[in-house]
Amino acid sequence: MSLGITLKDKARESRLLRQRVLTALAVVLVLATVLINRLVYLQVISHDHFATLSEKNRVKIVPIPPTRGLIYDRNGVVLAQNQPSFSLEIVPEAVDDMEASLQGLAEIIDVRDSDLDRFRKLLKRKRAFEGIPLRFHLSEEEVARFAVNRHRFPGVDIEARLTRQYPLGATAAHVVGYVGRIDEQELQHLDTANYSGTSHLGKTGVEKAYEGVLHGKVGYQHVETNAQGRTLRILDRTPPQPGDDLAIDIDVSLQAVAEAALAGENGAVVAIEPRTGGILALVSTPSYDPNLFVNGIDSRRYASLQLSPDRPLFNRALRGQYPPGSTVKPFVGLAGLEYEATTMERETWCPGWYQLPGRSHRYRDWKRSGHGKLDLNGAMTQSCDVYFYDLALELGIDRIHSFMTRFGFGEKTGVDIGGEVTGLMPSREWKRAVRNQPWYPGETLITGIGQGFTLTTPLQLATATASLAKRGSRVRPRVVNAVIDPEVGETVAIEPVAEAGVTLRDGAHWNLVIQGMVDVVHGARGTARRIGVDAPYTIAGKTGTAQVFTIGQEEKYEAEELEKRLRDHALFIAFAPVEEPRIAVAVLVENGGSGSKAAAPIARKVMDHYLLGQAWES
Amino acid sequence: MQDDRPLAQRLHLDLSLLFGILVLAGVGFVVLYSAGGQDTDLLIRQGVRLLTALAVMFVVAMVPPRHLAYWAPWLYAAGLGLLFAVLFFGDVGKGAQRWLDLGILRFQPSEMVKITVPAMVAWYLAERSLPPRFGDIVVAGLIILVPTILIARQPDLGTALLVAVSGALVLLLAGISWRFVGMVSLLLAAFAPILWYLMHDYQQQRVLTFLNPESDPLGAGYHIIQSKIAIGSGGLYGKGWLNGTQSHLDFLPERSTDFVFAVYSEEFGLLGVLILLGLYLFVITRGLFMAFGAQETFGRLLGGGLTLTFFVYVFVNIGMVTGLLPVVGVPLPLLSYGGTSLVSLMAAFGILMSVHTHRRLLSG
Repeated sequence: MSLGITLKDKARESRLLRQRVLTALAVVLVLATVLINRLVYLQVISHDHFATLSEKNRVKIVPIPPTRGLIYDRNGVVLAQNQPSFSLEIVPEAVDDMEASLQGLAEIIDVRDSDLDRFRKLLKRKRAFEGIPLRFHLSEEEVARFAVNRHRFPGVDIEARLTRQYPLGATAAHVVGYVGRIDEQELQHLDTANYSGTSHLGKTGVEKAYEGVLHGKVGYQHVETNAQGRTLRILDRTPPQPGDDLAIDIDVSLQAVAEAALAGENGAVVAIEPRTGGILALVSTPSYDPNLFVNGIDSRRYASLQLSPDRPLFNRALRGQYPPGSTVKPFVGLAGLEYEATTMERETWCPGWYQLPGRSHRYRDWKRSGHGKLDLNGAMTQSCDVYFYDLALELGIDRIHSFMTRFGFGEKTGVDIGGEVTGLMPSREWKRAVRNQPWYPGETLITGIGQGFTLTTPLQLATATASLAKRGSRVRPRVVNAVIDPEVGETVAIEPVAEAGVTLRDGAHWNLVIQGMVDVVHGARGTARRIGVDAPYTIAGKTGTAQVFTIGQEEKYEAEELEKRLRDHALFIAFAPVEEPRIAVAVLVENGGSGSKAAAPIARKVMDHYLLGQAWES
Repeated sequence: MQDDRPLAQRLHLDLSLLFGILVLAGVGFVVLYSAGGQDTDLLIRQGVRLLTALAVMFVVAMVPPRHLAYWAPWLYAAGLGLLFAVLFFGDVGKGAQRWLDLGILRFQPSEMVKITVPAMVAWYLAERSLPPRFGDIVVAGLIILVPTILIARQPDLGTALLVAVSGALVLLLAGISWRFVGMVSLLLAAFAPILWYLMHDYQQQRVLTFLNPESDPLGAGYHIIQSKIAIGSGGLYGKGWLNGTQSHLDFLPERSTDFVFAVYSEEFGLLGVLILLGLYLFVITRGLFMAFGAQETFGRLLGGGLTLTFFVYVFVNIGMVTGLLPVVGVPLPLLSYGGTSLVSLMAAFGILMSVHTHRRLLSG
């Protein structure tokens, strides 16, 4: 019975489907007729109209690329400029014997087989009156040699165009960035009309972040051509609007001093003017020569940059995430005072290790013999871990997390060049969400000394130090401080952007903690006392040594025996002069060993140069 | 037992359809040589792509429709998964996240979905009695809508619409009532203003440019103006192969890809255009005939749907190039340079051949 119904349905279904297919075919035919109608209209009825248009289609729009804005440092030193670059072009129709010309040219300038291949390919495709480039980027010597021999080569000429050039090379490359050829993906994002004459685009750093300001507006010229497309005359011209120049906060001489101080190490230095948030120096070593990228880097050199274990292309100041180590102690100390977890007077006994109640695991102090009895000031100056284990436990992770976050730890600083990462300020919620595990008290202890999960970027450390220097008022760090219109010469300053600051219950706590940092440098037992002895101004600082490699409970850390890449990271944060802070610095030396030996002297050199204008000899 | 069927039958090929496809591809090479500035490298690259796509077609044609139906829901689910993956991990290529990097190959899941969506709709409806009831239409609508929204989010509105159309065509073939179609159309028309606000700036710009090409003589409007001049100046017989002035004097943009039809029309005239349209209609009629003769409902629905989608591509591209429709960036199948859509196109032809050539012999 049921079989009968299905069969009946099948037949009906079949009929329905066939009907629909036939209807579809009819619709297809109708739509095809619409197309044919349209084509008859275009190609027969309006043929004369379009044929005339095509015949008269002699006016071409040729884009004129705008000149890219320049980049200056805070003292007007040029960091990025446009330089004429010379290419050799050949107009085929003006050449009598192409092969002889090519051979002759090869004798006076360097022409590679790849140049010849590209030239021959273009020769087939371009029209005879169009200039075809044979060589790009002629050296000045080659230009001169060709100029002398020019009479021998009719139809061959030198064309000049502007290319981006970075006169200081690797200095500040991680800030300024570089331009490179526009690739296919970028092409889709761009305003194609405005970039119709442009071949290069900012790829990193200021060049990328301020692409819209630096680029300018394209100009056009209407040219009349003959039927073969040869340009007869220029009808009218809309000049391009050059891009704006940028002044950045970087002080190139300071940058160079910082780079020299870090030379030979992998690391980062960030120096900030606390009042404005202006970045005075941003160093990531090793650096690279941005000029290599402008006209396409060859694959061998790119591979050597890319594969180098020192990772020169990696911007450690913005993207490197490191445990902050003891540099968090001033902040944790401040939290302790704020939440009344400790007082300046309270003392703790440091035997060289700390144990959680009822646990056997010993959390060690960096000083195995212990610091003895210490108050907060002593714990900061001598960087006692045990005091801060105890304080961290008293505070609890929730309060540590919320207090540190107010200084910007674990968040992007919002700096105006791209690429920075967030770092990590761990919390209960974070651990639950990411690791699906509860928070353990032992983790609170090591968070209190900047180890464990905590990760910061050198830029975050410098920004937080600057806010400490300004007693809690926070300014967003920035690179660019002014935009200059090159045509009118008008300078528009960029105002500092204030962030929500840190307000304490008792404002006096700022000075107490800062005094601790002053004693780190100037106190008799301070961990960075070696850089304080002859300083003509007062420095507040804090050393940090961040573990990369975990040492077993009973083992001893012997720096000499460890492979370099397993050695501790050295850190130092500082600001000066304490009375009227003008510079805040964060220094990180990867695998540098101890913060007091490897990182603090670098900060001193940077501050001396900025505040005194002279070099410091340790 | 010796198989004495002809080779084409054993390979499950349909020679008429294959002939139409190859002739169109041949025309494609002829135009491409002219449009690409007589660059033989371009032809070789396109040739390799075509061979790859043909290989895919041969393989798909061998798979019996029963298996295709069995796999349809799984492939649909896989397609959806990949679309989600693109949204979350996709490479931002060409200003939108369309690509998925699988290490060895970069893959555009929206291409795969162009086939899995109609296949899924066909599979779902074939299980039910036709014409589909309201509930079935709603489910089929959801099958279409989810991937469409995912692709629109990439954002790739053009492909999203084409995927929706490919699914909707299967629904239409399944006998959905015309009254229902009319009502949905009215509803869509009512939602058009809302859609306008959801569109990206550049998408709005395209619509505005379509309405008034002269408003943007340097951008997309320029494309249409130059394209119309190219086609119109071709006249009845054309300017001759390699002699198109519009295309060779650089007035015509995208002349190897989306605007290849304008190059063809300029050089071969209305006569050439009629021959080309004839070829397309031949392929489409043959495809519909093959779907018409299929034994199973699944094969009929899917084969018919894919053939009609092919026509939609042709219609939208030529409509766009001649200024009838807005510029939506749809390539002209088999003529435009480029490989991504070629594979899914040939896979669709493979399905058609499979549906047509695998006949279950009724015993007895």
